[in-house]
Amino acid sequence: MSGANDPYDPKQVAALSAEALDAAVQAAIDAFAAAGDLEALAAVRPAHLGDRAPVLLARRELGALPPHARSDAGKRVNAARVAVTEAHAARLAVLEAERDERVLAEERVDVTLPWDRALPGARHPLTTLTDRISDVFVGMGYEIAEGPELEAEWLNFDALNTGPDHPARSLADTFFVAPEDSGLVLRTHTSPVQARTMLERRPPIYVVAPGRVYRTDELDATHTPVFHQVEGLAVDRGLTMAHLRGTLDHLARQLFGADALTRWRPHFFPFTEPSAEFDVWFPEHRDGPRWVEWGGCGMVNPRVLVACGIDPEEYTGFAFGMGIERALQFRAGVGDMRDIVEGDVRFTSAFGVEQ
Amino acid sequence: MKVPVSWLSEHVDIPAGTTVEELDEAFVRLGFEVEEVLRPPVTTGPLVVGRVLEIEELTGFKKPIRYCQVDVGEETPRGIVCGARNFAVGDLVVAALPGAVLPGDFAIAARTTYDHVSDGMICSVRELGIGEDHAGILVLGQDGFTPGTPAAGVLGLDEVVFDLEVTPDRGYAMSLRGIARDLAGALAVDWRDPAALTPPAWSGEPGWAVEVADPGRCDRFSMVALEGLDATAPSPWELRRRLAQCGIRSISLAVDVTNFVMLELGQPMHAFDRDTVTGPITVRRAADGERLTTLDGVDRALTGDDLLIADESGPIGLAGVMGGASTEIGSTTTAVLLEAAHWEPAGIGRGVRRHKLPSEAAKRFERGTDPDVTVVALARAAALLAQHGGAHVVGAPVDLDVRRPRPVIPLDAGRPGRIAGVEYPPSQVVEVLQAIGATVDGDGQQLQVTPPSWRGDLTDPADLVEEVVRYLGFDEIPSVLPTAPPGRGLTERQRRRRSIGRALADAGYVEAPSYPFVGEAQLDALGLPADDARRALITLRNPLSEEAPAMRTTLLPGLLATLARNLARGQRDVAVFEHGAVFPGGPRTQAPVPGVDRRPDDDVLAALLGAVPEQPWHVGVVLAGNLEPRGWWGPGRPGTWADAVQAARTVAAAAGVELTVRAGELAPWHPGRCAELLVGDGAEATVVGYAGELHPRVCAALDLPARTCAMELDVDALPAAPVAVGPHVSTFPPVLVDLALVVADAVPAADVEAALREGAGELLEVLRLFDVYTGAPVPAGSRSLAYALTLRAPDRTLTGEEANAARDAAIALAVERTGATLRA
Repeated sequence: MSGANDPYDPKQVAALSAEALDAAVQAAIDAFAAAGDLEALAAVRPAHLGDRAPVLLARRELGALPPHARSDAGKRVNAARVAVTEAHAARLAVLEAERDERVLAEERVDVTLPWDRALPGARHPLTTLTDRISDVFVGMGYEIAEGPELEAEWLNFDALNTGPDHPARSLADTFFVAPEDSGLVLRTHTSPVQARTMLERRPPIYVVAPGRVYRTDELDATHTPVFHQVEGLAVDRGLTMAHLRGTLDHLARQLFGADALTRWRPHFFPFTEPSAEFDVWFPEHRDGPRWVEWGGCGMVNPRVLVACGIDPEEYTGFAFGMGIERALQFRAGVGDMRDIVEGDVRFTSAFGVEQ
Repeated sequence: MKVPVSWLSEHVDIPAGTTVEELDEAFVRLGFEVEEVLRPPVTTGPLVVGRVLEIEELTGFKKPIRYCQVDVGEETPRGIVCGARNFAVGDLVVAALPGAVLPGDFAIAARTTYDHVSDGMICSVRELGIGEDHAGILVLGQDGFTPGTPAAGVLGLDEVVFDLEVTPDRGYAMSLRGIARDLAGALAVDWRDPAALTPPAWSGEPGWAVEVADPGRCDRFSMVALEGLDATAPSPWELRRRLAQCGIRSISLAVDVTNFVMLELGQPMHAFDRDTVTGPITVRRAADGERLTTLDGVDRALTGDDLLIADESGPIGLAGVMGGASTEIGSTTTAVLLEAAHWEPAGIGRGVRRHKLPSEAAKRFERGTDPDVTVVALARAAALLAQHGGAHVVGAPVDLDVRRPRPVIPLDAGRPGRIAGVEYPPSQVVEVLQAIGATVDGDGQQLQVTPPSWRGDLTDPADLVEEVVRYLGFDEIPSVLPTAPPGRGLTERQRRRRSIGRALADAGYVEAPSYPFVGEAQLDALGLPADDARRALITLRNPLSEEAPAMRTTLLPGLLATLARNLARGQRDVAVFEHGAVFPGGPRTQAPVPGVDRRPDDDVLAALLGAVPEQPWHVGVVLAGNLEPRGWWGPGRPGTWADAVQAARTVAAAAGVELTVRAGELAPWHPGRCAELLVGDGAEATVVGYAGELHPRVCAALDLPARTCAMELDVDALPAAPVAVGPHVSTFPPVLVDLALVVADAVPAADVEAALREGAGELLEVLRLFDVYTGAPVPAGSRSLAYALTLRAPDRTLTGEEANAARDAAIALAVERTGATLRA
């Protein structure tokens, strides 16, 4: 090592010579290349990039140079250090990639293994279809009205222009609550909700009432004594059968596709006049496109309006009702009513949670 | 109502070339549902009318056999062997000749039988596929047809019969006459009214003495007497064919004639054997204790609401429903009283249901008949009985007619259009009303409409509106969406029910609605004590099944039945839920029955609504088997009492309310594994349900797997969900602390947790029980509960001293409240 005040020729400082630096860089590159894995690379790193590595030792010698010589030598030393660092980083990257590839391959799993650790739940399709229908009407500004399943006979029949002698009011059709003078029945349709709504508030009224209803049928492939309906009621100034048709067509399109529409057949219901049964054109029917009987509808009988305190000269109304089971049967291709009512989890699970 | 097209075309000028499909559509447009189009049986090959010329009786066989010479319109008669004996020389019969194929692929060929060549077959109605009568061959009578005439037209084998559903308001359509009128209108063609006949000018004393004591129930009663009837004379084929096509059995000439006229004109009639009627006839209500044996042989007890035809001997007929056995026409009858009346429809309906006698006559009277045609129908029937049975009318007809004038209905001619949403010119409205038979007066805008006599159903302007719209076609009505005022969306209650259903489905439960009927046996199986509120039932008068005559007060019987059904069908792991109304019994008030001519006043309405029992909405789950199935991850995890309790918490969370849980005891749950579910705090706390494992005796009684679990909760008892308050989210670091407390077994974990929470105070962010341990070194009768606490301050990094202070305070309060000791 030179004395502090001696005049130096940098070329005479061996460690700073271009040859020495090139040799150190090359030695480092060779050593890194020779390292076959990350451990080996780590092992050779101190010799070439550690505190005692030639390129770092050379840097220390710089201070001994006279100022005029420092700049030049400093550039050389720096370049050498950068070259060694980059060589190390490059080799490190290569070796890490190799390691990752190996380890990730070892960690491979079979992603097709099942992980169904929870039982799959489901909502009943009657519920989800009811919700779907309700939502269509809520979207039109309707509200969802409700009423009890065990209902006053007056609301189920009398208020709906179905007098005491009407055949439907017999033990053969309607479930009556004991004792004989209880005045209570299991509602035979969701129409008493209409009556309740009209008794409760003033027009304009736009409501739908989904719910469970009862008739004394035996359970078989096409009948069930306990079933579900959705009933709609609108009472307003100037409502016509054209509005009724527009409403039913809209619902049909929402449930059965853009090409669905309704067809009416004159019919008789005590609580509507005129009355019609309506069919829906269902293009997706599993047995091919066809008309399917769906429900009943009509203009609210003025007698019903009167019994509920609404002036039939000022207001008109329309009402409609349809069976949810029936809609489910043809919409979902369900052949046997018993599958809908028996609660077999295999049936319901097929429908999932359905939002 | 079955309607043969050939019969219709006798009255309606149906355009040539009209197809069955076009008629079908026309009926549907009119509001007559086509239940079935009955097409004739398929017969091919030679089927002709033949005349029996000779009959040779063959003997020596097991049964008598005839060998007949039959003129079938050919040069020589054919020899045909026949086993029937109900025909004579000169009779016209139907012969199937070799080459004919009868229904059922029954091919006819010439063949040797009973030692003779049978060159064809003489047919019975059953062989022809047009009836069930197999008593003998079909005899067409002695004249009217030429031998050799193709028989298809004679038999009605070439025609179609429509089976139409007639709605209960349209009594007039229960006849050829009514259907023909509507069809003519729909097809815009001419028609002839079969009732447009003038009865003969009968004279003399009335044929019988009759009094109507109840004119409110019978406003017209007509009757003629006939004598000289040959009751054994056969009904002509034409009559029998029509009856058969309309689904009515041929019985005897007198009965067949009244049925035929009923089908034609819609007026049911009854024929009494005059010689069995004693004294004057009275139409009156039955007295208590009176009895009548009806034509079907049933001895019936009568009530004061039954309207009778009676003579001096007592009741001889249930008016409009069924005649009595004592005056029935028999084979020796020669004198007949023929009755045609107009009965008040509702009374007939009550009688039909009371006696369970839905006769063809009652079906028409119940819907309303045309009071104008009673005498016309008698004349028509008398003429037929004269022609085919040799009877003649004696004396003048009885005709007690106390009808009131028909109502006049005011109608604004613009109203039908305003209801339909279609412009109908007033002149068109008038035309339609006239087409249905109404008389229309007025200035062309404000109409005065008198409905025709056969339309008792038309009483209100709305009824006329319906007729106009129906006649002009529902298809004309356009499709227009109305604009409803802005709505408020679903109610909180509706939203909550949806959330609960979704949450349980997401938690693995399958929704299974069941019939809400229960019986005592099911409640016994649940082990409910005698005084349990769920035993107060609302019972049905006419249940589907005597085993389940009442409405459910709990969802569990239905859910457990569903569970059992699924297990029986091979499922092992089942978790199902149901939500719906239950129907608690208990004291009820009487529901009033207000009138319907106006809105009930508020008090009456309140009483009416108040008489309807509360029907709270419950949710329940039941589970058996594994709630998590076994898999490659390991064994399955059976559903336990804890899952049932968690289902309740799931429901509460979906409803947005907090639930507290404590030990409870209620059937049908295991007394040591029953959680009582509460909402509210302290004195305000209300029990809303129960969850846990079922009592082993209940599982045994219902044949369910051991340790079946259940939960039931009253959703309507849950308070409204508070609006959630967004917490301040601290970004300072937490201090995590674990601690374990040893407590006596009897101390509920919920109490320990509550004490820890309260003791730790505001710094506590999360508290979680992560282990429950029993066994050494924890002393017997105690258990170790290990908790992880996350402590954090909203505004600063906690110091160790602060965290320790919170931890120590939590422990101190738990020790004080629950007797816990800190586990070292």
